[in-house]
Amino acid sequence: MSEPAVPLGVPRQTDILSVFARGAGGVQSALVPMAAVFFGSGSSTASFGIALTIGAVIVGLMTLVAFVQWQRLTFTVGEQDIRVESGVLSRAARSVPYERIQDVSLEQALIPRLFGLVSVKFETGSAGKDELALAYLSEAEGEALRELVRAQKDDSEAPLSVEPGEGEIDQTAKAQPGEQLFAMGPKRLFTFGLFEFSLAVFAVLAGLAQYADSFIGIELWDADLWMEWLAGPGEYVSQLGPMAQVISVAAGLVSFFVVGSVTGLVRTFTRDWGFVLDRTAKGFRRRRGLFTRTDVVMPAHRVQALQIGTRMIRRRFGWHGLKFVSLAQDAGGSSHDVAPFAKLDELRPIVRAAGFAMPEDTLDWQRSSRAYRNVGMWIDALIPALIGIVILGLAAFSGIEEIDGRWGFALIPFAFALFLAVRQAFLWRYARNAIDETQVYRRTGWLAPSTAVANRVKLQSAEISQGPIARWRGYATLHLGLAGGAFAIAGLPLDRAHELRRAVLDSISAKDFSELT
Amino acid sequence: MEDLTKLDPRFVTVTRIRTALATLPLLIAAFALEGADILPFGVVLIPVVLLAAFIIFRIPLRRYAARGYAMSDDRLRVVRGLLFHSDTVVPFGRVQHIDVDQGPLERAFGLSSLTVHTAGTHNASVNLPGLATEDAAAMREEIRAHIKRETL
Repeated sequence: MSEPAVPLGVPRQTDILSVFARGAGGVQSALVPMAAVFFGSGSSTASFGIALTIGAVIVGLMTLVAFVQWQRLTFTVGEQDIRVESGVLSRAARSVPYERIQDVSLEQALIPRLFGLVSVKFETGSAGKDELALAYLSEAEGEALRELVRAQKDDSEAPLSVEPGEGEIDQTAKAQPGEQLFAMGPKRLFTFGLFEFSLAVFAVLAGLAQYADSFIGIELWDADLWMEWLAGPGEYVSQLGPMAQVISVAAGLVSFFVVGSVTGLVRTFTRDWGFVLDRTAKGFRRRRGLFTRTDVVMPAHRVQALQIGTRMIRRRFGWHGLKFVSLAQDAGGSSHDVAPFAKLDELRPIVRAAGFAMPEDTLDWQRSSRAYRNVGMWIDALIPALIGIVILGLAAFSGIEEIDGRWGFALIPFAFALFLAVRQAFLWRYARNAIDETQVYRRTGWLAPSTAVANRVKLQSAEISQGPIARWRGYATLHLGLAGGAFAIAGLPLDRAHELRRAVLDSISAKDFSELT
Repeated sequence: MEDLTKLDPRFVTVTRIRTALATLPLLIAAFALEGADILPFGVVLIPVVLLAAFIIFRIPLRRYAARGYAMSDDRLRVVRGLLFHSDTVVPFGRVQHIDVDQGPLERAFGLSSLTVHTAGTHNASVNLPGLATEDAAAMREEIRAHIKRETL
């Protein structure tokens, strides 16, 4: 494949096709007003025409705006930085130096994908919101730009380490496709999707129903209407006898599970279709997505910590997920999903490639302090227990007709209080922390345990904090400063907190920040 | 653990003035209520004045006593908090940049506050107020000398 050369220092424009891609994107935003006009003007043939015209006008306007914006947007790939100048009425110029660019990611939403366009995002680690993005370039141009930025970045970052003779070797290393670390085929995705059982669709349906309410003019929440509708089949069911009622309830449950599973499957397939994680010379490269295909590269040395998590049910089948914590953002989340659904043995090579190690069985796991557990149990049980006492009091003395003498009501909050206290006890039982020569480990969760692993050297600060109760009972929380995430171990005995902090600080001080990146 | 260095005693005065300004609206409201003659004398005014006196004179002293810092060869330790106690250590090797700030009140008393920024999400910036201006500047220079070179 002959990649188009990227000319340096010349102001350039994004691909002209992006005007049409944006215009086509306008169809989406035109749908709601079109529907409003259609239903609002009597749903006749004439109103259909009006609605279409309005839709066309909206799309036309958006295309026009996109065109004017396209005309006024230029980007310059310079020696030191990338510059983008934009704005129709007010002009904005932004310059991003290559050293500040953490990485370049390519993203293809459905419509740009049809046009063969990509959106190029420059990640600078500036809290995610203010990232520079170029939308859209042609696929080949986007790829070329990414390669160029990476090459520039290497030059500016390590000008001394590359000796003159080694340049070509480096080039061949770059061209290597990379070793595949993890991939999910359709079969794995299917299993994954089943575990992603979700009832979110019911919430969406309820929301839509409310929205439809005002349009269709049927009072969906009007009980009488439903009674009338159900009177026919409902009566019929009640006459069938208990056996048939059991069957219909079972059918309801089955459809409930089918809908939940299908939702999970659809969501999983659209998000993770063709999931591939590669180890390239540049770092980890992850590609996934059915409609919106993303291609993200993260340098291995930017991985700050690991999160190995699971859920209540999938855990029984040995499925776990792995995330990388880093300064870069991933689709709204702060951590990168690198293996969302895998066996522990499959995670091992990925973890090793990132320069980390899986928690070994030989680790000296320690629990938090017992005082912390007891305080947690008391605090959690306090409010429901108080409610229970109030109900008891009302039952005994109030003389209110509804509640007088009904002691049993108090059992509900008391049972809840007991449950919360027991839950705290179990959470405490399963929460552990450990440290070895290179890493700090923290495990939390009772039914769905998750383990966080941080590199001792890659931590930024260490804080021991205590609230009033913690000081009274002699425990503390250790907050370790982690770039791009949180790493706190709660309820440590004070001595253990100091011991951990001392160990971590000694590792940190031994290595300067500049040696990390 | 190494011994903590106390902040500059002028920090107490500055905090007192600050809390006095903050309680001022409450005091004015109390006086106004008293002036309106609705309630018997002193029902509102006396508790409010007592409370304000406690907040203005006692609390800053306690806060001052709870605060402290320690600089060693390779790290800065900041201790603070009366009710919620925290003890933070930032190794110089992880400091991204350093601020020395002076508000108008601080300037009048010759004080400065030193803030070190790290790349961590927790403790992204660690603030140490109530240093004599020359001390803050000296600390900044010392920390900066330890940062081998600026990266990222």
